[in-house]
Amino acid sequence: MADVIHDAVDYVPPLVIEDEELYHAKTWLGKYVFSQDAKVIAIQYSVTAIGVGIVALCLSVLMRLQIGWPESFAFIDPSNYLQFVTMHGMIMVVYLLTALFLGGFGNYMIPLMIGARDMAFPYANMLSFWFYFASVVILLASFFVPGGATGAGWTLYPPQAIMPGTPGTDLGILLMLASLAVFIIGFTMGGLNYLTTTLQLRTRGMSLMRMPLTVWAIFTATVLALLAFPALLVSAIMMTLDTVLGTSFFMPAIISAGAQTDYSGGSPVLFQHLFWFFGHPEVYIVALPAFGLVSDIISVHARKAIFGYRMMVWAIVAIGALSFVVWAHHMYVSGMNPYFGFFFATTTLIIAVPTAIKVYNWVLTLWRGNIKTTVPMLFAIGFVFTFINGGLTGLFLGNVTIDLPLSDTYFVVAHFHMVMAVSPVLVVFGSIYHWYPKITGRMYNDSMARIHFWCTFVGSYAIYYPMHYLGIEGMPRRYFAYGETEFISSSSGDLNAAISIAAIFVAISQIFFFWNIIASLFKGEKADPNPWGATTLEWQTPQTPPGHGNFDDLPLVYRWAYDYSVPGYEQDFIPQNVSPAEAEKMAKRVEND
Amino acid sequence: MEYVLLTLAVVMGVVVWWILRQTINVKPWVPAASTEAVDSGGVRSGLDVGNPLRPSKVALGGFLAVSSSIFALFISAYSIRMEYGDWRPLPEPTLLWANTGILILCSVFLHSAWVNVKKQNLGGIKVGLALGSLMTVAFMVGQLMAWNQLVNSGYGISGNPANAFFYTLTAIHALHLLGGLIALGVAFKNVWGAVEFSEIENKVYAIELCGVYWHFFLAVWAILFTYLLNT
Repeated sequence: MADVIHDAVDYVPPLVIEDEELYHAKTWLGKYVFSQDAKVIAIQYSVTAIGVGIVALCLSVLMRLQIGWPESFAFIDPSNYLQFVTMHGMIMVVYLLTALFLGGFGNYMIPLMIGARDMAFPYANMLSFWFYFASVVILLASFFVPGGATGAGWTLYPPQAIMPGTPGTDLGILLMLASLAVFIIGFTMGGLNYLTTTLQLRTRGMSLMRMPLTVWAIFTATVLALLAFPALLVSAIMMTLDTVLGTSFFMPAIISAGAQTDYSGGSPVLFQHLFWFFGHPEVYIVALPAFGLVSDIISVHARKAIFGYRMMVWAIVAIGALSFVVWAHHMYVSGMNPYFGFFFATTTLIIAVPTAIKVYNWVLTLWRGNIKTTVPMLFAIGFVFTFINGGLTGLFLGNVTIDLPLSDTYFVVAHFHMVMAVSPVLVVFGSIYHWYPKITGRMYNDSMARIHFWCTFVGSYAIYYPMHYLGIEGMPRRYFAYGETEFISSSSGDLNAAISIAAIFVAISQIFFFWNIIASLFKGEKADPNPWGATTLEWQTPQTPPGHGNFDDLPLVYRWAYDYSVPGYEQDFIPQNVSPAEAEKMAKRVEND
Repeated sequence: MEYVLLTLAVVMGVVVWWILRQTINVKPWVPAASTEAVDSGGVRSGLDVGNPLRPSKVALGGFLAVSSSIFALFISAYSIRMEYGDWRPLPEPTLLWANTGILILCSVFLHSAWVNVKKQNLGGIKVGLALGSLMTVAFMVGQLMAWNQLVNSGYGISGNPANAFFYTLTAIHALHLLGGLIALGVAFKNVWGAVEFSEIENKVYAIELCGVYWHFFLAVWAILFTYLLNT
C-alpha cells in the first residue's frame, strides 16, 4: 500500500483578501529605474550592495597590504588605515550584508515563495531602495570630503569618534551618521513591507507552517531589524547633536589640544549600550536569513525534508528573541559590574542552544540524504563547517574570564569573520548560484563556479585560521603597525604576510564569480524552469524569469515546502501547489498490484 | 536600559505568543493533517475570516512598534544619563499643559471623524478632520512657543543634558506628528471633494489609521510629559 492519503479533500479556504490591482509601469524609467516590481527592486538592491561590497573588499586588501608588509606602501598612512578599517566594517555589515539579505533576497523571495503578486506596498518598496541608494552615495561621498571618511572604527565610539586626532572628525563622521539615518529610514519602509507581505499576502493554503524556512528567517530578521535599528538611529541623533550643537549626551569633560572643551559629564558607556543594543541583533539580522536560505538549499540538494522543521522555526524565533538580551557581551572590558557580565555571559551561552539545534538539524538533513554535490550544496556545506568553527570560538569569547585577555586581539577578528563574514558570504554565493537559473533564466558555468568555491572556501580558512594564533599571542587588532614588542613573536610578521597573500588570493578569485554570473547572463545555457527539482512556489512560475505579477493565477498551496523523496512516489519531489488528487496520479502503485 | 527591555519584552511577547499559537500543534509533514492545516492556516492573520486585517493596518502596527522602540530607547538613555552628577532639571513651561490639552482635542476630533465614518455622515467627517489637523498644527506651534520661552530664560540645548533631552524628545515627537499630518492631508484630500459618502467608501479606512496614529502619539506624549515633569 502506497503512502498516499486517498481521503484527503482538496479543501482550499475562500479568498480572504481580494486580488489587488497591480501597478503597471508605462515608461522605461518606471519599469527599470523607479520600478515598483519587487523583483526589479531586489536586483537593484543586490547590485548596489555587491557594488559597495567590492569597495569594502578593496579596502580590506589595502589593510592586508599594510599589515603584511609594513612600511612598504607609502600611500597608506595611519589615518588612511583607520579609515579603511572603519569603512570596511561598516560597509560589510550594514550596507552589504543587511541590504543584500533583506533588500535583495527578501524582495525577491518573499512574494514568490508565499505566492503573492508583489509586495504589499510597492511604492514604499521603491522608495526604500532609493533611500538605500542615497545612503550609499552619502557614505561613499565621505571619502572625498575634507578630512576624509571617519576612522573611528565601525562602532563609532565617542569621545574619540568626534575628537580631533581621529581621522574624519570634520565631515566624515557627520556623513556617516547621516548615511546611517537615511539607511534606517529606507530600511523601515522596506521592513514594514516584508513584514506585512508575509503576514497578509500569503496565497490560499500557505499557512505559516507551510512557509519555506527562507521566508521564516527573513521575516524574523525583519522584525529584529525594525526593533533594533532604532537604537542606532537614536545614538546617531544624539551623537550628531553632540557634534553639531555641543550637547553632552555621550561626551565627558575632556581636554583637547591642551584646552578644556565645552563638554562635561556625558557617558561614553551609554553610547556603547545603545550601539550594541543595535549591534548584537544586527549579527542575527545577517545570520538568520543565511540560516533560512541555507536550510532550503540543503533540503533541495539532499533531496530530503529538512530535519525538524518545526524546531527550525522555533529556533529562528528563539534566536531572534534572545538576541536582544546579550548585547553587553561586547562590553566586558568597559568596566561593568561583574554580576552584569555574568548575566550576559549566561544569556550568550543560552543562545548557543537554538543555534546548535539548527546546526544539528542541517547535519541530520544531510544524514543519509541523496546528496547532490552541486555548487549551491558545496557552498551550503561549506557554510555549516565555517559556522561551527566560528560558533565554537564564540563560546570562548562569551565567557567573561576568557574574553578579557582575548578582547581586542586578532582572535576576535578571526571569530567574527568566520561567523558573520565568511559564513553569510558563503550562503550569499550559494544562494546566488541556486536561484541564478530562476532569476536570469540561464545556467551558470559549473566548472568556473566550482573553482570559485574552492578558492573562496580554502582561501578563507588560510586567512582566518592563523589569526586565532595571533590573537592568542595577544596581537591587538586595528593597529597600523606593531614595531618591537615583548609578547609578539618575530615570526608573526611572516604569518601576517602569509595571511595577506591568502587574502589577496581570495579577493582576486572573486573574478571567477563575477565573470561567471555576468558572462552567463548572455552566453549561459537556457535553464530549465525548475532545474533542481524544488518544491517551493518560486520554481513553479509560468515564466522563467518570473514575469510582472509572478503568477498567472495565484497558486493554491496543499502541502509544506519539504515534500522530497516521499515514499510511494516516483518523482522525488512534490511541489507545494500539487493537490492531493494530482499527487495521487503521480504515485506509483507497484505495491498495490 | 530597563525601559527599552520592558517595551521590547511586550512587543516580543506578542510576536512569540502569536507565532506559538499558530504553530504549536501544526504538523505540516503529516499528509493526513493537511486538510485541517489548510483550514486553520488559510486564515491569514489568525483572526476572523470574515474580517481580515488590511495590510495597511498591519504596517501601521509595525510602524508603531518601531516608534515605541525609538521612544523607549530615548527614555532609557534619559534615565541612565540622569544618574550623572551634572544633571540639572529644567522647569517645564506651564504652556505644556495647554499643549497637552490641545493634543487631547486632536485625538477627540479625529475620533469623531471616525465615528462619523461609521454613521456615514460626510459633513461630520470633514469637520472632524479639519479640526484635527488644525489642532495638530496648533500643538506644534505651542511646542515651538514653549521652546522659545525656555531659550529666552537661558535654557539652551547645550546648557545641560536635561535641556538637551527635553528638546530632542519634543522634537522627535513633533516630527512624528508632522509625518502623520502628511498622511492626514492625503486622507483629507480624498474626502474633501466628495459629495456623497459612497464616493469615498473604500478610502475612509485611512481615517481610522490616522485616528490610531494620533491616539498612539497622544499616549507617547502623556508618558513623555509625565516623565519630564517627574525628573
